[in-house]
Amino acid sequence: MIPELGHYALVLALAVALAQSVIPLVGASRSLPSWIAVARPAAIAQFGFVAYAFIALMISYVISDFSVINVAENSHTQKPMLYKVTGLWGNHEGSLVLWVLMLAGFGAAVAVFGGNLPPTLRARVLAVQAAIGVGFYLFILLTSNPFARLLPPPLEGRGLNPLLQDPGLAFHPPFLYAGYVGFSMAFSFAVAALIEGRVDPAWARWVRPWTLAAWCALTVGIALGSWWAYYELGWGGWWFWDPVENASFMPWLLGTALLHTAIVVEKRDALKSWTILLALLTFALSLLGTFLVRSGVLTSVHAFATDPERGVFILAFLVLVVGSSLVLYAIRAPSLKTGGLFQPISREGALILNNLLLATACATVFVGTMYPLFLDAVAETKVSVGAPYFNATFGPLMVPLIATMAIGPLLPWKRGDLGGALGRLKIAFAVTAAVALATLYFAWGGPVLAVFGMALAAWLIVGAAVEFADRIRLGRAPAAESWRRALSLPRASWGMSIAHAGMGLVVMGIVATSAWEQERLLIMKPGDRAALAGYDVTFLGTETIRGPNYMAARGRYEVSRAGAFIARMEPEQRSYPTPPMQTSEAAIRPRPDADIYIAIGEPAESGGWATRLYHKPLVHWIWFGSFVMVAGGLVSLTDRRHRVGAPARQRARAPAPSAQAAE
Amino acid sequence: MRLGTVLPIAIFAALAVALGVGLTLNPREIPSALIDKPVPEFDLPPVAGKPLGLASRDLKAGEVALVNVFASWCVACREEHPLLMELARTKRVAVHGLNYKDAPSDAQRWLAEWGDPYARAGADRSGRVGIDFGVYGVPETFVVDGHGRIVLKHIGPIMPADLETKILPAVAKARAQR
Amino acid sequence: MRRIARALWIAFAVLAAVPAFALGVDPPLPDPGQEARAIEIHKALRCLVCQNQSIHDSNAGLAVDLRRIVRERIQAGDDDAQVVGYVVARYGDWVLLKPPLNVKTALLWGAPAILILLGIVTVRSFHRRNRALAAATPTPLSTHERKRLERLIGEDAP
Repeated sequence: MIPELGHYALVLALAVALAQSVIPLVGASRSLPSWIAVARPAAIAQFGFVAYAFIALMISYVISDFSVINVAENSHTQKPMLYKVTGLWGNHEGSLVLWVLMLAGFGAAVAVFGGNLPPTLRARVLAVQAAIGVGFYLFILLTSNPFARLLPPPLEGRGLNPLLQDPGLAFHPPFLYAGYVGFSMAFSFAVAALIEGRVDPAWARWVRPWTLAAWCALTVGIALGSWWAYYELGWGGWWFWDPVENASFMPWLLGTALLHTAIVVEKRDALKSWTILLALLTFALSLLGTFLVRSGVLTSVHAFATDPERGVFILAFLVLVVGSSLVLYAIRAPSLKTGGLFQPISREGALILNNLLLATACATVFVGTMYPLFLDAVAETKVSVGAPYFNATFGPLMVPLIATMAIGPLLPWKRGDLGGALGRLKIAFAVTAAVALATLYFAWGGPVLAVFGMALAAWLIVGAAVEFADRIRLGRAPAAESWRRALSLPRASWGMSIAHAGMGLVVMGIVATSAWEQERLLIMKPGDRAALAGYDVTFLGTETIRGPNYMAARGRYEVSRAGAFIARMEPEQRSYPTPPMQTSEAAIRPRPDADIYIAIGEPAESGGWATRLYHKPLVHWIWFGSFVMVAGGLVSLTDRRHRVGAPARQRARAPAPSAQAAE
Repeated sequence: MRLGTVLPIAIFAALAVALGVGLTLNPREIPSALIDKPVPEFDLPPVAGKPLGLASRDLKAGEVALVNVFASWCVACREEHPLLMELARTKRVAVHGLNYKDAPSDAQRWLAEWGDPYARAGADRSGRVGIDFGVYGVPETFVVDGHGRIVLKHIGPIMPADLETKILPAVAKARAQR
Repeated sequence: MRRIARALWIAFAVLAAVPAFALGVDPPLPDPGQEARAIEIHKALRCLVCQNQSIHDSNAGLAVDLRRIVRERIQAGDDDAQVVGYVVARYGDWVLLKPPLNVKTALLWGAPAILILLGIVTVRSFHRRNRALAAATPTPLSTHERKRLERLIGEDAP
């Protein structure tokens, strides 16, 4: 009964979404307050129905109701409860239910917390959000119904891919989807603004919190996925430029650009047309990612079981949503009035440079990802674009971006003095030079680019600190005043400094691990010793163990340095029965200076075991830095200005909000 | 309307077309690098239980033939096997086998159970000859003309539609060009 | 009928891809310099039956075979280009993780430069338009300048 009710709830959600996408929109353009007022309760009702459907599916997973096909195909009685629950979104149909849950959830949040939005804008935003929902509900109900039944039910489920039975990967989709769907809010705001024909600083102030929240979630999602790959896949890789990884990275790049231009719209009432376009394209890339994962158009480790018929539906949806929004943009954008003017050398100018580089980087990743498809369609030639292409093109684009990240915040609005800004960064220059020399000394003989990369990252971190110190007049005013200034500094400033510093940490981690990682591939017999970056690794042998749903060979390795015992590390080679699969569970010793990473593989005929030893300097800084970036974003999110501000004051000044609706 | 604001929709339109075409393509199918090139030189011993092995000189004997890469551990091979049996029975085209990375007893047992359509079958135990052919999965089928040139490579099991629309026309064309 | 074909395709693909997550280490070449070359080449060749892995990172049957072949060719005296060429002759350009530079990939490799040039042109025309607008309106003072002005006026005030 419960699955049927869940199914029906989805149908009801579709009905509500249909109404919500039409009535408030008509009401807003015809100034019908009662029609406008449909938006909020509809959004809340829609969320209620979707939440019910989600819970219904969740119950089916928790009780292992194998009469539901989706549960039978993706779950198993022997799975730990946590993974039964998270298995809901580890497959195509279930993940779509998660998607619409978030979509409806964000819509309901705007309905509940968007009290300070003008009713017409809010109505239009919710209408666009509902229109997106209609597409997804139709997709689910017509092609990917998670509540389809199988009678008679099988006695046992077909199990979940053992690779997905993992905390990191279990929580990676919710964060990722929160990011994608969060950007749909920016999209809805942008379309609503285009329909209204007006973009003003107040609009930017409303859009920023949603975009920032989405950006934080997406950063966490990508970082979790990367970290999972590192400890799960057995050879310590953490980014592969896989098409589906790129599909999540592209919205992140544009989303970062959007966050920064929204500041210009908010502070200076400029760059409106470009900001709107960014909002449209960021979500377009999210939808494109959905298409790439589920249509079978590109090969990838991540792709769900693919089906071209589903691909046709998603493509049609993509064309409809993105196409119509871009047509609207072509028609309406030219009439957006330009605002504040500024010189090329200014904070606005620096933010334009930031956007230029981020957009170019995103476009480059896009070209690299889509080129095999493009060439096959046009010239019937198969070419493969792997990591070497992206490393060669993306890296160089990041260099000027990071370099200017330290300078930009020091420039004032409208017109800035580059010499002055650079002058204030003298300390940063000095520290950067010191870091470069230190790197050269300690890593003599390594790649030259590594020295440059570490110096660049140091430049960014110290630059962020210098900017912060400058703002609180550290050293130029009494300590008490600096302290007072620091406490009263807007949270957004704190957030910026923290986030930029976090980025610097990420760059350091990437440079260090890419440049100075050491790898040793050996066949080791019990008693063999190997040297790894100054450590000695001794192989003691293996034992066979049995886990909850697998059998494994566990290797025992002892790590020592100059005779002193450091650690016992025990990687495993696991064999799962359903579906039949072998995985390698590496043993990792994470430390701030470097990780020691050991993976055990196949036994060799000679009696030894295939062993991979890695020494990875600073690799955990990558994810630590990412979380610092997210912390900065969250701090920024709690800025008072996002809740109090012009919108509230405008409402106090304009006693009749319906007067605004008469546009 | 300014150029700058029309550009996004124009680019998107092109992208949508490319994606639409992409849905009809198969990204896992890698075209052969050996089309219109001679078969690699090889000389394989017979599969256990069969009298005749397979060598490159057999493919240059003047007759168009199919070279079918198969293995006893290959599930998809069983699906296409009735078609190959039919081809062998009706003698529409000669069918030779390349037994890829198989144990002799396994291959022999498999042919006994599922039928043996191969005039000649070579045992490629190490898989080196397969690599020389550019084999990356099983089953694959090559159409070789009388002069030992590869004219077509079919990846995956042969479906009746593939036979009628791709393989037999290629055979006919190769025969006509002799 | 298409469904069956698809299912078989998946069987074909899965059968080839399943071992890819196990790890294997082959006996290295006796000469460390040659072994280092071999590993570099392994990292540059795509595992054709895996999804986005090099033959260095995969243990699929084909990856193991190709690694062995690379080592054989190096021992036989081929230089790096010849070894790679040997594999490309059999599997085509698709086996290269780094796309080759030729007429068909010109757009790919040229994309970053083209894009950034396009971007610079756009930004410059934007600044030019800004300048034209600014010429029509009096230049506002920057924060710096305004503060200086206030200080000067303040000093002069009686």
